[in-house]
Amino acid sequence: MNAALQTFDLCKSFGGITATDHVDFTLAKGARHALIGPNGAGKTTFVNQLTGVLRPSSGRVELMGEDITGLPREARVGRGLARTFQINQLFATMTPVEMIALVISERLGRGRQPLRALDREKELVAETAEILARFRLDDIMDERIATLPYGKQRQIEIAAAFAAKPSVLLLDEPAAGVPEAERRELMATVAGLPEDVSVLLIEHDMDLVFRFATRITVLVNGRLLADGTPGEIANDPAVRAAYLGEHGHG
Amino acid sequence: MSTDSIEARVQRSLYGARRWHPAEIAFWVLALAAFFLLPRQLLILNEIAILGLFALSLDLILGYAGIVSLGHAAFFGFGAYAAGLFAKHASADPVTGLAVGMSAAGLLGLLTSPLILRGSDLTRLMVTLGVALILGELANSLGGITGGADGLQGIMMGPVLGLFEFDIFGKVAYLYSLAVLFVLFVLARRIVGSPFGLSLRAIRDNPLRASASGVPLHWRLVAVYTLAAAYAGAAGALLAQTTQFVSLDVLAFHRSADLMLVLIVGGAGYLYGGLIGAVAFKLLQDVIASFTPQYWMFWIGLFLVLFVLGGRELIHGGIKAVVGRVARLGRRAST
Repeated sequence: MNAALQTFDLCKSFGGITATDHVDFTLAKGARHALIGPNGAGKTTFVNQLTGVLRPSSGRVELMGEDITGLPREARVGRGLARTFQINQLFATMTPVEMIALVISERLGRGRQPLRALDREKELVAETAEILARFRLDDIMDERIATLPYGKQRQIEIAAAFAAKPSVLLLDEPAAGVPEAERRELMATVAGLPEDVSVLLIEHDMDLVFRFATRITVLVNGRLLADGTPGEIANDPAVRAAYLGEHGHG
Repeated sequence: MSTDSIEARVQRSLYGARRWHPAEIAFWVLALAAFFLLPRQLLILNEIAILGLFALSLDLILGYAGIVSLGHAAFFGFGAYAAGLFAKHASADPVTGLAVGMSAAGLLGLLTSPLILRGSDLTRLMVTLGVALILGELANSLGGITGGADGLQGIMMGPVLGLFEFDIFGKVAYLYSLAVLFVLFVLARRIVGSPFGLSLRAIRDNPLRASASGVPLHWRLVAVYTLAAAYAGAAGALLAQTTQFVSLDVLAFHRSADLMLVLIVGGAGYLYGGLIGAVAFKLLQDVIASFTPQYWMFWIGLFLVLFVLGGRELIHGGIKAVVGRVARLGRRAST
């Protein structure tokens, strides 16, 4: 079993519109995989079915060989599937310490406990510190998240997903809207993720995709158009016609 | 910077949330001092303590979990009737009665919690309002049990802990209510500072991210709703026990609405808001009623409008400034 995350014949339609059209997709263990496609290709709908935000109309999702199609979101996180969001979804009134501590406390199963003190949890404190250091958030750990610059917030978005100790991490346009100067740091963070974490990057920016990914999947109109190495994708005439051509990349 | 010192800083940050602030200690010392300084006002102080506990209950769901309610009196009233009936028919012991009132209201909270799990704020407002209306009407029509419009009469309370008899000046009443408020407050404080409390704030801030972080939203909301209902039931039980009477008014809509007002005046989401709001509300009520007894709601209404339109930042800024000053004083005194 070499697949971390797999879909089988996945379909999703909204009324008459087919947003995901019989997609068979495989994310290999330890992969650096990118999912690309023009606007409206159904990338976000696809990711939402992987993470349980949307229920597929038909088909199956497997994580590490286990069927997770019917599991609620939080149960998927528990099994090692974490994600970031295209639009920041943060706990605005919390500080980075609190937000990261929350994710870790849930992973350690502490969230059910109403009488424990957070600061007395040694493991939680140590792991929170480790994550803050890894994502260079330690100097701003006590600021309110809502007041931080956008680039830092994107960083927290990734850190929070990573704090769930995922085996599969879905990054939904992590660099979207990040100013050029902070982009480099952000992508360095992404590149520095440990190798045992399988990463699926959903991205618009072709430079990023071709720098990061060792495998690329192209989604067009909800269908899987092509799947291969960056070289194969760049030279695939169908992809060039459907996607790369119109953006002038390649 | 080494990971080690980051760890120490993380621990300090997380500890900060549960550290007792000097202003907090001052607050409780004042509450106790009021017993000695205002011996003629003990009945109103008792009402303030009960209202404060009731508002604390609303703060648990509104301030921490983001659940709005226009029917919180349902739990208050249910706790009051449960405690009143228990005293009348089973045992006159106040502390046991308090536990009964809390359990009854908590159970009601647990049973009605599925109603507030889904839907927008508006749905929640309507559903909670509906539950309170139903209970109010039930209490009215089940006159054989509740006494209906005449109220539940003939409650005789035994001494608190078998030692302290209730008196007409409200001495024991205030100390009893204050003690219960304090114990439940300390417990609430502990809970909101726990991993569970943090997950509630996560749900309030962003349910989508909370579930993407592994928080099971429904169970946490059920838990806090049940807890808050039990707290409201405690407040109701205290009222029934210290006044030895329960009227239909305990379930009235205005009680839920006033409560919202109290919490908004004091500020939601830091536990003291309900207590400060209760003091402000009762004082305002008292002062206004003393010069215009019939129209005091007019002035409360006017105050509310002005407060929400612009005074909130001003007043909460003022509270923060005072707290900050006390904190500095405390620090100076301790060094």
